[in-house]
Amino acid sequence: MAQETGTGRVKRGMAELLKGGVIMDVVNAEQAKIAEDAGAVAVMALERVPADIRAQGGVARMSDPDMIEKIKAAVSIPVMAKARIGHFVEAQVLQSLGVDYIDESEVLTPADYKNHIDKWNFTVPFVCGATNLGEALRRINEGAAMIRSKGEAGTGDVSNAMQHMREINDEIRRLSSLREDELYVAAKELQAPYELVKEVAEKGKLPVVLFTAGGIATPADAALMMSMGADGVFIGSGIFKSSNPAQRAAACVRATTFWDDPKVIADASRGLGEAMVGINVADLPVPHRLAERGW
Amino acid sequence: MKVGVLALQGDVREHISALIACGVYPTTVRRPAELAAVEALVIPGGESTTIAHLSQIFDLFQPIRDRIAHGMPVYGSCAGMILLADHILDAKAGQETFGGLDITVRRNAFGRQVDSFESDIAFADATPAPVRAVFIRAPWVEEIGTGIEILAEIDSHPVAVRSKSILATSFHPELTGDHRIHRYFIEEVARGALQHLQ
Repeated sequence: MAQETGTGRVKRGMAELLKGGVIMDVVNAEQAKIAEDAGAVAVMALERVPADIRAQGGVARMSDPDMIEKIKAAVSIPVMAKARIGHFVEAQVLQSLGVDYIDESEVLTPADYKNHIDKWNFTVPFVCGATNLGEALRRINEGAAMIRSKGEAGTGDVSNAMQHMREINDEIRRLSSLREDELYVAAKELQAPYELVKEVAEKGKLPVVLFTAGGIATPADAALMMSMGADGVFIGSGIFKSSNPAQRAAACVRATTFWDDPKVIADASRGLGEAMVGINVADLPVPHRLAERGW
Repeated sequence: MKVGVLALQGDVREHISALIACGVYPTTVRRPAELAAVEALVIPGGESTTIAHLSQIFDLFQPIRDRIAHGMPVYGSCAGMILLADHILDAKAGQETFGGLDITVRRNAFGRQVDSFESDIAFADATPAPVRAVFIRAPWVEEIGTGIEILAEIDSHPVAVRSKSILATSFHPELTGDHRIHRYFIEEVARGALQHLQ
């Protein structure tokens, strides 16, 4: 019987299977293996972790295909990779390499300051960042099969991740409280399609899985985001910029599963050594804030 | 019937909704005491390496293995099928399973996510209309041992199998809103197995 690939159910379903898990940024095969051994549900391949992109500056792009191939060969878990916002050719390249998910990411330097990638044209699913509900729904309208709150990548400061999760959830709760005839104006205000706004109002949740990202550096940070209603967690610089990546990675995985059990989180937090140094988001000049990329 | 869903990682929520639709009120299982309180277990779709890793850390691995060996009814979808297989191919080095089904399963057998698909399949005799099956980086059964019944196949690869008390599918009925497979597990597999145990 006919086999259909790239359907909405197959793309969104893949994200459902990642729920309750931690997806870790890795820049080489060795780190990917550490992440897999620590219990990561997937790895995100990129050329530099956000903290290094921040420190070194310059244009940040898709990873070298050779590196992606090596990471794919090293682990059995899904391999995701980042493409620049609007850079549909990078996305086509990543799809041809057989990555399992593409992150159209504000962490890389945008290729288009007006348009995002038309993600319906791809068989591979996409995850996109969002700081609020309108942005999340615009990405879903373009074909994103998974959303992550953005936070402020490469800082180790969880405050923006917190703010974005609160914002998305506040707006969802507000929609659920509106009369049906008020949803038209709500759609206008959110700058999002009416059909998606109506769907969110009815279900009280996004139509796709919502992970969280940006600034998560400790097991307690991961658990905090889970208790804010995240379906799972992305950890970027937080693991491989710490003093003991393998142990910290495993600890974050444990805390994500037992986010509601402070004893488990306490045990997971013991003796991890130095967390990444971190930067207060408040000290970052506005042009260097990655979360503001995305339109 | 007290049914638990192993809730360390994966699409736990979808399995819970499907079980509720079948008239059972499942609990989540993350701790040994929670496992001890259930009569049957569902292992969700997710990442088999992650679920195995967490069950070892949180002292569930051996207890689940023992319960299955003593006849506890279990259903596993996708990652769940891998975890219920006695043997796996294309595994992460040293990857262990709960086992119980005398089968050899190949991980990611249909390919990577770009090859993931959905298709109508015939499922045993219990379901006259085809089942819409969603395969996501799915495994298939490469070899079967004794006492294994094949319930569904794709291109002559078994994708749903059962023994007396264990059901496994390489696809995800929990993602479609069609609850026939869960009902089959409860009514045809678990109920009989539990009566047998008593």
